[in-house]
Parts: sequence; structure tokens; C-alpha cells
Amino acid sequence: MTFQYLLQLVISGLVIGSIYSAVALGFVIIYKATRVVNFAQGELLMVGAYVCYAFLVQMHVPFWAALLLTILFGMVLAMFVERLILRPMIGEPIISIIMVTIGLSLVLRSLVAAIWGTEILVYEPKLFPQEMVEIAGLPISLEFVWCFILSLVLLAVFSVFFKYSKAGVAMRATAFNQQVAQSMGISVKHIFALSWVISAVVSGIGGVLIGNINGINSSLYHFGLKVFPATILGGLDSILGAALGGMIIGILENLSDGFCKTYLNLSGVKEVAPYVFLVIILMIKPYGLFGTKDIERV
Amino acid sequence: MHYCGDFRTTYRKDMEIFQTPFIKVCLAVFLGFLLVLPVLKLKGEYLLKGEYLWILLQILIASIGAVGINILTGYTGQISLGQGAFLGVGAYTSAYVTAKMGLSFWVGIPAAGLVTALAGMVFGIPSLRLKGLYLAIATLASQFILEWIFVRWESVTGGSHGITIPRPSIAGHTFSTDRSYYYIVLAVAIVMILFAANLMRTRTGRAFMAVRDHYISAEIMGINLFKYRLLSFGISSFYAGVAGALFGHSLKYVTSEQFNIEVSIVYLAMIIIGGLGSIIGSIFGAVFMILLPKLLSVGTEMVSADFPSIARLAISFEHGIFGLIIILFLIFEPDGLAHRWKMVKAYWKLYPFSY
Repeated sequence: MTFQYLLQLVISGLVIGSIYSAVALGFVIIYKATRVVNFAQGELLMVGAYVCYAFLVQMHVPFWAALLLTILFGMVLAMFVERLILRPMIGEPIISIIMVTIGLSLVLRSLVAAIWGTEILVYEPKLFPQEMVEIAGLPISLEFVWCFILSLVLLAVFSVFFKYSKAGVAMRATAFNQQVAQSMGISVKHIFALSWVISAVVSGIGGVLIGNINGINSSLYHFGLKVFPATILGGLDSILGAALGGMIIGILENLSDGFCKTYLNLSGVKEVAPYVFLVIILMIKPYGLFGTKDIERV
Repeated sequence: MHYCGDFRTTYRKDMEIFQTPFIKVCLAVFLGFLLVLPVLKLKGEYLLKGEYLWILLQILIASIGAVGINILTGYTGQISLGQGAFLGVGAYTSAYVTAKMGLSFWVGIPAAGLVTALAGMVFGIPSLRLKGLYLAIATLASQFILEWIFVRWESVTGGSHGITIPRPSIAGHTFSTDRSYYYIVLAVAIVMILFAANLMRTRTGRAFMAVRDHYISAEIMGINLFKYRLLSFGISSFYAGVAGALFGHSLKYVTSEQFNIEVSIVYLAMIIIGGLGSIIGSIFGAVFMILLPKLLSVGTEMVSADFPSIARLAISFEHGIFGLIIILFLIFEPDGLAHRWKMVKAYWKLYPFSY
């Protein structure tokens, strides 16, 4: 195993990891504000990718407009989902909430399959330039670089949003204690809706990025499942954790895949490695790197 | 019939599992019905043929699996997203024991149960430290890890080709038809469901429920959390293993696709729709979730002549309808069909003075 190969693994892991980070960010935003575990995060990404495809390729809208329309669509969808499905579930046990988002994921997935079919669709025209650049002696496609930068921008924007904007502070307050937040004049209902909207937008943008690089097909929702290793590693309610966790998981899965291929002659480790890490992390440090530890009082 | 409530005058009476003669008669009639149903003939033809008999068979198998996951999730409160994979462990174990080692079905089924129980307990170890959401995610991981093992461990599982397994035989007689195999499954199902119903009335079952309702209080009252959680994982996985093995023998063929995450979701949906923490609810849920695809396909066939586009949409939307039903049940009937059943019973108990 050469250093070149190792570096290549790390860099491609970083790129895919940055997408994981974006989706994990969406997941954490919802979990932090509403304590809802969203098993439909990958489907939000998938819907974003397909809607953008519809505007861009099927209706020939210019890219910037398609992106705006996708974001708008994501917002409306998220508001509907929050109002119709999640609002009635407030106060229900965790298994009901998990199941309701699983139900939602099934509905979204089959809606997408019913409308667009299951074949691979490719974005035309490509958003990013296709040329190769050399980084540290490695040829890397420019679209990967763009994708990575855009994910970083997305993460930075939302970290700043949470830290300094009024809505961001209100969301953090709600996450901390809903009753107190409400008594301070924050509309908890609006915060719930807002967190779903932001989450859908972030995942939707992630979907558009993926669509540009790999093309889209009906198995895109798998990205949503990778969110669990990423967020558990980072800590379920930490934005920074989601960002780092996504990238670390992206790199780890690539590295372990490379190692097993080279030394153990074992292929396909990529699919399972993140979950093995997940179990290990849960055993050692269940609240992740930056998560808040639950303290229970009787 | 009791007109103003049940009166129990002895402890013995109070501890009976089937409390009234009426219930006993109902149960006997129902079991008799299940016994004769496959051999009933109408004008020289079997009443239940082909697909319908198959559905009944699958309902019985799913009932065992659903009771299993209800013991873990409904009674002990440990959410498991790995039931599908545990069914798979059972099916592969029985396949290996019967097809590759050449042992009898009667060794394969208990072996499937025990191996799956062991696997379940291994993956249940995180439950010592984790609960709720974290445990759900851990079991989700176990689902993917086990699925991966099914595909990669080719010397045992046959990889992506799967294994062919035989139907059971006793003393030279092979239960090769669905009709004869049905009776084996029925017998196993009755024994296992009765065992579960009784288990919940014992010390162990009550400990499970205490762990579910408030695990800290349970621990303070001297219930060993780790022991009972692990035990619950073990028993639940035993049921999953037996159900998986029976399923494998019914198909005569085992591959990894039969045990993916969607199966886990279907089983969770069964107990949510049927009713968490209810044996009869598990059975209702199994009936509902096995019948649903069949009803959907019958429904789309009926409209396909007049509205072909709707039918085409409905076929591609089958999983979506699953999802929709799960959502609707959670919002409008969170206690499941078992709760509705209880209310119907209560209504008729004092009919026509049910107010």
C-alpha cells in the first residue's frame, strides 16, 4: 500500500464525508430542537436531488433558479411534514416517533420511485467544471473540490446562524428547555417548523451536490443511514460533532475498505464498516465526541 | 356470560390464563377452525388453495416472529430494528443444519432458536448502557452487520446464491406440501404463543414490564437490569430464529434479500399496528401486515381494467402505502388493533346496556 493510495483514500473519503456531514447536520438540527430522530433524512436528500433534476433537466430551468426552486420545495415539504405528521406525535414514546419517520421515509421513497422510476439519472448540464487539478501530487476532479468547499460553506453558515442569529439562539433555547423557552416568548411550534425547514434545505442541497457528481438513482437514501454513525460519533446534538463525524466516518470507511482489500483480500467492507464503528463508539463513548450527556433524575 | 363483571373467589381462579368458560369455548372453536380449515372441501375442491393456503402459513410464521419482537419491544421496551436479520440467522442456521450437515428438521428448529438467541444476546450487550434511541441505532447497526455476514460468509450461507433447504420429514414421511407443512407450523406456533402468554404472567415477564415502565425504579426494586434485558433479547431472538427457520423451510430456499431492513420494519409495524405489549396484538398485526400486500394486489387488479394508470401507480407505491398505514395508525390509533379489540369486547360484554 503506497502513500499515494493512502492519500487518495483519505481525500475521496473526505469528499464523500462532507456530504455525510451535510446530511448529519440536517439530522442534528431536527434532533436538537425537537428531539425527533429522523429516519427520513436520506429521503429528504433524495427528494431534493430529484426535484432539482426535474427543474434542471426536465424543465430546462437555469441552475441557480433550479436550486432556488428546490430549496423552496424543500421548505414547503418540510412544513407539511412537520405540521401533519410530527406535530401530532409530540409527547409520544420514542418508538412511535422512530416508526413515524420510518413510515415517512417509505412514503417519500416510493413517491420518488413512482414519479421518476429507479434508473440512474444524470444532471445535464453539469454544474461544476470537469477538469482535473493536482493536489499534493494527486489528480483530483475539480467537482470534488467544489463539492467539498460547498459543504464546508454550508456547515460554516449554519454554525454562525446558530451562534449569532436570533432564530438560532431561539432554537438553541428550545433545545435546552422547551417550557422555559416558551415562557420567554419563543413560539416552540414555529421553532419546530423552522428546524424541519432548515434540515430539509440542508439535505436537499446535499442531494443536489451528490446528483452533480454521481447522478441520482433510487438508492440515494442510503446516505441517510450513514447519518447514524456520523452523528453518534460526533454526539447527537452537536453541530460541530455532525460536521466532524461525517468526515471522519467518510475517511474511516474508505480507509478500512482499502486496508481490507489490500491485506485481507476482503471486498465490500465499505458497506459495513461505518456500522461496526457505530457499535464500537456506542460501547465506548455513547454520547460521542461533543454530545451532551443525559443525566436522569428519578 | 357475566353480566356485571368477573368475580373470582379463589386464587386459583384468579391465576387462570383463560378466565371464563366462554373464552375457553371461543378459543377451542378457533383452534378447531384452524385445524380443519386447510382440509375443508367444497364440491370436491379444497376451500383454501395455492396462494390462500400460503398466506395462512405465512401469517402463522409471522405471528411467531411478531410475538418475539413484542416480548422485546412491547414488553421490555427495548426497541429493535434488527428483527429481520435475526430471522435470517434462524433461517441460515436451520438451513446449515439440515441441508449441509444432513441432520433432521427437529434438530434444525431448536438449533436455529438457540443460535439466534445467542446472536441476539451478543447484539443485546449494548443494551446494558444504551436505551431508547441509542439502542434502536445499535440494533440498526446489527441488522446491517448481520446482513453483510449473510452475503460474505459463503462457506456457510452460500453467499448471494443462497442455500436450498428441504421440507421436514418424520419417520420417512416428508411434509412436502404446504398443506401438511401447515400443521407443523401450527403446532409450533400454538406452543410458542402459549409459552409467551404464560411467560408474561411469571416473575420474569413482570420484571420485563417493570424494566419497560421505569427502569431506574425497577433497578431500585432489585431487578437486575442487565440480566433481564439480555434475557429479553435472548427470548425474543429465539422466537425470531424459530420463525425464520420455519419461513426458510416453507420457501425451501434461503437468501440474504429475504431478511433485509424492510423485514425489520415490517415486523416493527406489525406490533405497532397490532398493539405494543399484547400477545393477541402481535397476532392481529401479523395478520394485517401479511394480508395487506395481498389486499393491495387484489384491489389494484380490480381497478386495473378501468383505470390502468391508477393501478400502475398503486403497484409502484406499495411500500408507500405501508408507510402511510404506519403513520395513520400512529396518529389515530396509537394503541393498535388490540386496544380496539378490547373496546369491542367491552361493548359486547354488557350489550345492550353498555353505557
